[in-house]
Order: sequence, then C-alpha cells, then structure tokens
Amino acid sequence: MKTFKKGGVHPQENKLTNDSTIEVFPLPKQAVVFVSQHLGAPSTLVVQKGDKVKAGQLIAKAEQFICANTHSPYSGTITKIDFATDFTGYKKQALYIDVDGDEWLEGIDTSTEIIREIKLDSNQIIDKIKEMGVVGLGGAAFPTHIKYMLPQGKKADYLIINAVECEPYLTSDYRLMKEKAEECLIGIEILKKALNVEKALVGVESNKPEAIKNLTNLAKNYKGIEIVPLKTKYPQGAEKQLIYALTKREVPSGKLPIEVGCVVNNIGTTQAVYYAVQKNMPLVQNILTLTGKNVKERKNLLVRVGTPIQSVIDYCGGLPQDTGKVISGGPMMGKAISDLSAPTVKTTSALLLMSEKESLRKEETNCLRCGKCITVCPMGLEPIKIAQLAENRLWEDTEKTYAMDCIECGSCLYTCPAGRPLLDLIRVSKNHIGDLRRQRAQK
Amino acid sequence: MALLTVSGSPHVQSNQTTKKIMWTVIIALLPALLVSIYYFGFDALVVTLASVVFCVGFEWLIQKYILKTKTTISDGSAIITGVLLAFNLPSNVPLWIVGIGALVAIGVAKMSYGGLGKNPFNPALVGRVFLFISFPSKVAMSDWPIPKPMFGSSITDALSGPTPLLALKNGEAVNLWNMFIGATGGSLGEVSAIALIIGGLIMLFRKVITWHIPVSYLTTAGVFALILWLVDPSEFIHPTYQLLAGGMLLGAIFMATDMVTSPITYKGQLIFGFGCGVLTIVFRSFGPMPEGVSFAILIMNAVTPLIDKISSPKRFGY
Ligand code: SF4
Ligand code: SF4
Repeated sequence: MKTFKKGGVHPQENKLTNDSTIEVFPLPKQAVVFVSQHLGAPSTLVVQKGDKVKAGQLIAKAEQFICANTHSPYSGTITKIDFATDFTGYKKQALYIDVDGDEWLEGIDTSTEIIREIKLDSNQIIDKIKEMGVVGLGGAAFPTHIKYMLPQGKKADYLIINAVECEPYLTSDYRLMKEKAEECLIGIEILKKALNVEKALVGVESNKPEAIKNLTNLAKNYKGIEIVPLKTKYPQGAEKQLIYALTKREVPSGKLPIEVGCVVNNIGTTQAVYYAVQKNMPLVQNILTLTGKNVKERKNLLVRVGTPIQSVIDYCGGLPQDTGKVISGGPMMGKAISDLSAPTVKTTSALLLMSEKESLRKEETNCLRCGKCITVCPMGLEPIKIAQLAENRLWEDTEKTYAMDCIECGSCLYTCPAGRPLLDLIRVSKNHIGDLRRQRAQK
Repeated sequence: MALLTVSGSPHVQSNQTTKKIMWTVIIALLPALLVSIYYFGFDALVVTLASVVFCVGFEWLIQKYILKTKTTISDGSAIITGVLLAFNLPSNVPLWIVGIGALVAIGVAKMSYGGLGKNPFNPALVGRVFLFISFPSKVAMSDWPIPKPMFGSSITDALSGPTPLLALKNGEAVNLWNMFIGATGGSLGEVSAIALIIGGLIMLFRKVITWHIPVSYLTTAGVFALILWLVDPSEFIHPTYQLLAGGMLLGAIFMATDMVTSPITYKGQLIFGFGCGVLTIVFRSFGPMPEGVSFAILIMNAVTPLIDKISSPKRFGY
C-alpha cells in the first residue's frame, strides 16, 4: 500500500465517533463572528453596528490578494463590533450578533437537492469560490481560490484531495465521506475544471474501509477521480507527505506543491466548493467532532461558524469534571484552547476534551540518544540536534540543521522516550530564524 | 471557569519511557545471567549481585551527597552497568575489586559526565578496562574458572583452564558446542552464545535496539577473520571460534548497542559496527592479548561524535 517516504508514527486511533451520524447543532441565541478567519491580509468590514443581516450575507470583503470574504452565518442584528478573544487567547475584531430566526439571503439554495451539472467555466468557478469565502478546511485556512490561480509558467498535472484524516479522534471527514460523498465528488469535479486537469487523486487512509468503498462506488460515475487507499500512518495527511505517497514526487524545500504539478485541498473543502458553486452558499458552517474519552455524548455536529465553544460542549453533556485540556483539532497538531467562551471559526473541525491525567506530559530525563526522533521524522531531520542547539541558544546553527523544514507534525516529541520537549524547542528556533532572516533582508 | 492546560502540540505521547527501555535491557540480560549461575554456581550470583549493589549504591551516594540532585536509580541504568560489569569478570574475582570497578564505571565514566545519556563511553567497559589494566592478575588471568554445571557431570576435573581464545592461540582444540551453550572458561556473561542471542532478540522485538550494530559488527568481524584464516590457517583462528569466543557476542549485542554511546542514525550505526568488527579482529590477531572487544568498542565510542557528524539522514525535499 502506498505511503510517504520516511518516518511516521502510529498513535492510538481513538476514533470514538466513527458511528455517530452528523447532527445539526441548534442555532445559538448570540454568536460571535470574527471578521477575518483566514491566513493572509485582514478583510474589510462592510456592515455596521445595528445593521440587520441575513444568513449568507457578506460582512467583510477581501480587498487584498491573499485574503478571503467573510459572511454572516446568521440572520439577526449586529449588536456590537468589538475585539473578542479567539480560542488561542488572541484578541481579534468580531461581530456580536443577536440571532433571530434563520432567514437566508435570496439566491442561496438551502435545499438538499443534489445539483450535478457544472455550468460555470474555469475562471467563473475561481471567482465564485473567492466570492463565497472558501478557505482550506484542513487547518491552515488558506484562501482556496488563490491555489487555483497558477503562477506564470506553472502547470498542474494532478488535483490532490486530502481525505486522509490521520489525526487520532477526528471523524468529521469520515462522516462526510459516508454521508455526503456525492457532494464532495461534485466539488472535486468543479475543482478539476477550475484547474484544467484530467486527474484527481483522493488519498484515504486504509483504516476507513467504508469511506473508501463508498467513494470508489460513486466515483465510477465521474471520469478521472481515483480513490487511493493509503497506509494508516501519521502524518499521512501532511501536504508534502501526501503528495509523495500519491505521486512519488518530492516537493523541494521551501516550495509549494505546484512546483511538482500538484494542487492540494482537503475533502471538507471540496464540499464547501460544491455549496459555493452549485448552491451559491458561502462557507458559514462546518462539521465538528466533539470527542474525548470522558465526554458523555460524543458527537459529529454541523455547526454554524461563530457558535460559542462552551455551548457546543454543554450540548454534549457538559465539561467533564476532571478536564485538563481542551484542544481545537486533533491531539497531534491541534491547538490547546485557553478560553471556552471563544467562538468556533471556519476551520474548527474538532473539539477534543482531555482529562487532567491525559494532559500531563511524561517525565523528562536526559536524552538517551536512542535516535527514535530521527527515525520517525518524515522530513529527514534530526530533531534532537536542533533541540540541543536551541537549548544553547545557537539560532544560526539551528538554521543550518534545517529547522525551517520542520512541518511541526509532532512525531518526534510523541515518540521520545526521554520526554524531551523537542518540538517546543524547534518552534522557538523557527521564530528566531525568522527574526534572523528579516534582519538579514533589511541589511 | 475551569483552569485549562495550554501547551504546544502534540498533546499525546507514546508509552515508551527511559525506564521501560532500561528494564527491558535488564530482562534481556537474565538468560545469560541464569546460564552463568548454572555453570559457575553461587559465585556467579554473588559477583553479579555485588556489582549491581555497588553500582546502584555509588550512583545513589553520588547524586545524593556530591551532586545533590534528584536520584535516578529507579531508571534501572545502574543495574545494567552492574550486570554488564560482572559479566566481564571471572566468577572468582575478589569483591573489593568489583567495588573498585563499579566506582570507576559509575563515578568516573557516568556521573562525572552528567549521568545517563551524557556519558561518551560505556561505563561497564570503562570499569572493566580499568580493572584489566590495574589488576591484571585478578581479572585478566590466562586461566579462568571452568564451568561446573549444577546438574550432571563436570566437563573436566580441573578447576580452572584457559579461555577458548587463549587455548586457540596456543594451538589447542576447543569444543564448539560447549562454546555455544556456555560450557567453557571465561568471564561470567560471555560464555553462552545462545543465552546472549536470546537476550538480543528480546531487545530487538521490544525495539530497544535495531539490527544495525550487531549485524554489521559480527559480519565485519566474521568476514575479516575468514580472510585472515584463508591466508594462513595455522596462524589465525577460524572465524566461527572468533565469533563465539571471548565476549564478541556480549560486546556486539549488549555493549556496542548501548544507545547512549553509539551513533544515533542507522547509517552511523553501520559504520560503528564495521569499525568495532575490524578493530576487534586486529587486536585479537596482532595484539599481545587474546581479547579485543572492550578496546575496540571504547575506541569506537570515542569516534561516535565524528560518525554522527557525517551520517545525517537524507533530508526530504533536497
Ligand atoms: S522535527 Fe518537525 S517534522 Fe520532524 S518529526 Fe519533529 S515535528 Fe515532525
Ligand atoms: S527520541 Fe528523545 S531520547 Fe531518543 S534521541 Fe531523540 S531526543 Fe534523545
């Protein structure tokens, strides 16, 4: 079975919500919607305090190149425009909306009818994706339309769809592939057309046989969509690793996938594209897995963007007594949440509740030089070397040991028997290297 | 509001720990220990226990009273050093010598560098070589205690005899099967090939070691010895004896694979094993002593930082 080139680990899968069908989360009474929810320049607000908005209405506009539109997920009144704390503790500009009913903007098709025929041409599709504020749902929230505006002289051979979901616990993509596979496949068709490629490769980890079966059956009706089972191994879904697993092409250091003729999007994004292009619906909701070993009612939920995290937890039986950590995303790459009153954003794909005991790291000892961190690094780095240099604050040397190539997959820290804080130290190194590079550029 | 932990990803870790690795090594040493007790009797147990108690005791004393740090004796690494040191000594060694060996191993070779993980040389080997040089008459005799099985009849009536390597060097015959099961003269742990191999397999399956060092060490030594033997069978020892005798397996499986003192990448480990193999045969064939394993591994320990420098893995995307 196909897999990536080197390294990787096998964390416990813990897919506890595999069998929970997607449930629609009730609308909150009050919501907090961040003005900018993507990677890139901030969007420009186009509404004011006191305005009445409908669901799907534009609230912030992309006026710069790497930027995305934001839409209101609710009908209601904007009561306040102020800074709100996001889940990592940063203050960001947000709209406070008093929700009133669920009235959508005209022209948005909210029915469940499947629309297969793709009427728009390549450029129109890209414009539509941009208009509807679609961003990458794999985690980075990069504005999707930009990936399809290829740089001069570059040509794509493959559209690559990341349906790997290699993070433990997460099941939102899996449920999507079981319940809404056709919408995803039409989304893939649309993206193929936008990119002008013959072939789309959909990578799915072999631990999801039912998703593979379902997709493969339906894909027979579409030309040039190949469902490829991949070995169950973390980080199979890391962009460069996935491209290698599917095409044997190695994205050069510091370069984008298009360098080797590939454009990569997440399976969740394909559904968002389907809604944007076929149903004129902006990206205002997403599927979220609420899970954890002690959670009373683990669920996969369809949640509108801007729902307070606390209310999602309450809906699933409340915060368990001994909760020590709440993570947005999976346990390998997710971010620890500091404030549960923060709202969800476009890319909130999971909330993982861990007990106090699970939140503790293992006891630290000296490095044993066992070499395991090197063996598991999918980028061929020597995490322990970078970490030792970082402990001695030799930032220039960390640059020479390729710290910038680290994809922060966490395999090294996961594996280390001595409990060394390898990735923490590598992150610090990367920040310092960034500073050094900026200083050099100024000179 | 609940107080939440905020820390960087990843938020889960494997269940492998320093302690587990060390205790796996201890378990892997048990077969060889049992065989040595079977053949050398109560003496073997006493020497091994004394060595372990000395090693653990010195580590504890040094951490508690000299370094004033948290004691780490529960990680099991001092026990390993103790067993390995004993394995390199004859069963009739005086216990005060064991104590000196343990002090050098733990005090000089391990704790003075900062404890487990920071020592450049394998502590047990340093202890052994120190005794070897300081008390040659006590630990490096030409005649070693001859094994006397607890059950059944003794192989010979003598109480001591030459080690197979020395006998071979002197042109005497040695029984290969006895060497394989451990019924030959020698230090405690080096006598039974089969017990050492079982220990190695335990570590291999528990992923404490990889095949790289033992295989490259033994293959290199075997091939090199074979070449010499083909050149002049009367002067050089047959490769099979080379591999089974004189602590070669103990060294290749338990000493050279010490993760702290060997190279960190697979590539480096292959180079390391190759170096150990060549040096061992050179010392044995051309040196004054029949033994060569300890010196070979210590020399390769010394060049490990260099090997690490030249054996980085291939980076992805270059
Ligand atoms: S160094 Fe970076 S890329 Fe390599 S295993 Fe660690 S986190 Fe992953
Ligand atoms: S995994 Fe941990 S103990 Fe092993 S070499 Fe890397 S940092 Fe050291």
